[in-house]
Amino acid sequence: MRHVISVLVENKFGVLAKIAGLFSARGYNIDSLAVGETEVPEFSRMTVVVKGDDRIIDQVKKQLNKVIEVIEVEDLVLGKYVERDLALVKVKYIGENKAKVDDIIDRYHLEIADIDGDSVILQLVGEEHFIESAIEELSDIGIQKMVRTGTIALDKEGTDA
Amino acid sequence: MAKMKGAQILVEALKREGVKHLFGYPGGAVLPTFDVLYDSDIDFILTRHEQGAAHAADGYARASGRVGVCIATSGPGATNLVTGIATAYMDSVPVVAITGQVKTSLIGNDAFQEADVTGITRPITKQNYLVKDAKELARVIKEAFYIASTGRPGPVLVDLPVDVQLQEVEFEWPEKVSLPGYKPEVRPNPAQIKQAAIAIAESRRPVLYVGGGVVISGASQQVRELAEKCQIPVTTTLMALGAFPTRHPLSLGMLGMHGTGYANHAVMDADLIIAVGARFDDRVTGRLDTFAPYAKVVHIDIDPSSISKNIPVDIAVIGDAKEVLKELIEIVEKPDTEQWLSRIEEWKREFPLTYKDDPNSIKPQYVVQKLSELTNGEAIISTEVGQNQMWAAQYYEYNYPRQFISSGGLGTMGFGLPAAIGAKVGAPDRVVIDIAGDGSIQMNVQELMTAVERNIDVKVVILNNNFLGMVRQWQELFYNRRYSATPIKGPDFVKLAEAYGAKGIRVVRKEDVVPSLKEALDTPGVVLVDIAVEPEENVFPMVPAGGTINKMIMGMA
Repeated sequence: MRHVISVLVENKFGVLAKIAGLFSARGYNIDSLAVGETEVPEFSRMTVVVKGDDRIIDQVKKQLNKVIEVIEVEDLVLGKYVERDLALVKVKYIGENKAKVDDIIDRYHLEIADIDGDSVILQLVGEEHFIESAIEELSDIGIQKMVRTGTIALDKEGTDA
Repeated sequence: MAKMKGAQILVEALKREGVKHLFGYPGGAVLPTFDVLYDSDIDFILTRHEQGAAHAADGYARASGRVGVCIATSGPGATNLVTGIATAYMDSVPVVAITGQVKTSLIGNDAFQEADVTGITRPITKQNYLVKDAKELARVIKEAFYIASTGRPGPVLVDLPVDVQLQEVEFEWPEKVSLPGYKPEVRPNPAQIKQAAIAIAESRRPVLYVGGGVVISGASQQVRELAEKCQIPVTTTLMALGAFPTRHPLSLGMLGMHGTGYANHAVMDADLIIAVGARFDDRVTGRLDTFAPYAKVVHIDIDPSSISKNIPVDIAVIGDAKEVLKELIEIVEKPDTEQWLSRIEEWKREFPLTYKDDPNSIKPQYVVQKLSELTNGEAIISTEVGQNQMWAAQYYEYNYPRQFISSGGLGTMGFGLPAAIGAKVGAPDRVVIDIAGDGSIQMNVQELMTAVERNIDVKVVILNNNFLGMVRQWQELFYNRRYSATPIKGPDFVKLAEAYGAKGIRVVRKEDVVPSLKEALDTPGVVLVDIAVEPEENVFPMVPAGGTINKMIMGMA
């Protein structure tokens, strides 16, 4: 099962390396990891997406909690939450491609981040499945280059999941 | 307030943390600190290799219960500590390691004697620090000792660039530590304790499975009270030898790969396992899916990540072993274990821990037994790793916690001698003996010089079989006796001991074993006894790796 784990950490030197190392040392596969500052500058929040059975997820959470700089670990899928991914996708925007891209832009309500010469950079924001579906359609046209962030997520009720 | 150099702050902070002894080795990147130590009343013990310093700090901590401290220079000095730090990490030993680092402006430049030591030690420390400003140093040292010694203890490393040691700032000793993510004090949940008590009262075939956490927590007395009140047999891990007296009628001795037959049979037939400060490691459980098939599992541990890591746990109690057991003892009712205990007596008769003695050769088990008798089961025993370690575990009769000092988790050869030195410094009134093999002793034998120079009275007993015995045993049993790289030559250990200024005794006849051990114990100072034991003796019982633990190879016994 896919789990979205939100980790509040002290914003200190080496914490990201420590958490990345924790996953690799124990052989857990991370789907994505995103990190940034919170409303309190001393703290950062990481969103880790990880797949595994209950036993593995249980260990992941316990191991994260063991890290001295980790303040709180929440498994958001146990409650209500909002999640977003961001992707930037560069596609050809000339000839017969143009109409196809415009169609996808319309249907997915995408924003154009940049137009430069024959190419356009599309900005995709949404849940993972939304991004993946848009990317799938775009790859039929031909993606020149693409970059994605990891998922970020926030619980809805402010209660611990 | 007068300003102090970083190095002065470090030494002052160590003193405030109660540090009396420091094991280590100097070098370029710690010169300012050694300059301060020169005038300090902290007893500095110069080992002959940084690895020895780390193991000595570890042995000091295990014997005394206090934090052990070691110091080394940057680069190779620090990397030489790594095996010792990993050893302490695996066995949850409170050690603070201080390493010099190249000056801050050179970090990352591949400077002379530079290594990314916080990077290297991140997975083998409970916490580590690179201190880039002397203003942080007092706080970091206070945190380091607090983290190392609380909760599930472990090593903490502080990496200190040479310019930070020289930086002058005001000394400010923090009143308390503030670590929002670290909560080592866990109040055990009374409902969970109640559940555990019910499970015990309802059980008919319970076993107490006791690990190193009991030693760390100081819960030996409580284990004994619970066992006696409820008439539950007790098996200990390697790490907990001594936490329950070997001769106690409820003692099953050690369980697992080289555990006693009766301990392993009891665990496999149990209907309840009460694990206290133990982690179900693979040397204990053998094959996981056949381990203790009838047992409900109660797991008492301070580290939540130990719960259900290897074995699914039915009732988990998170907390300090001593606190939990105290509360448990108050409410628990005695189960009916009479039949169970008589079954166990049968196993004890059927599968005794024994070996075939031989009048014409020296059996290593015999040596350990005699050592146990001669020291009345009261010595601190450190071990190397391999057969020597297992025989020391099986045939010495331990009575107290902190009496058996051995690298259990990491299995570090070369641990025993420096750990014995540290143990003697930490417990100067105790007899300290390193039971060694002829392979392991050669890994850190240079520390004989440390012991001799400082008159640290340790005895070394080498069970010399001219083999890397445990690996040879596996080759004999599983690799068709193809002894690849396991025959090993040693030096003339008597001459070697003498070269270091110690006394050396060589024993080749069985009738000389007892008089020689007596002589060693009666002679003040460092004595090495090199005993030629039966070369191809094996450690039995033995559960093959990954096997079911009641399917033991019993050997001749």
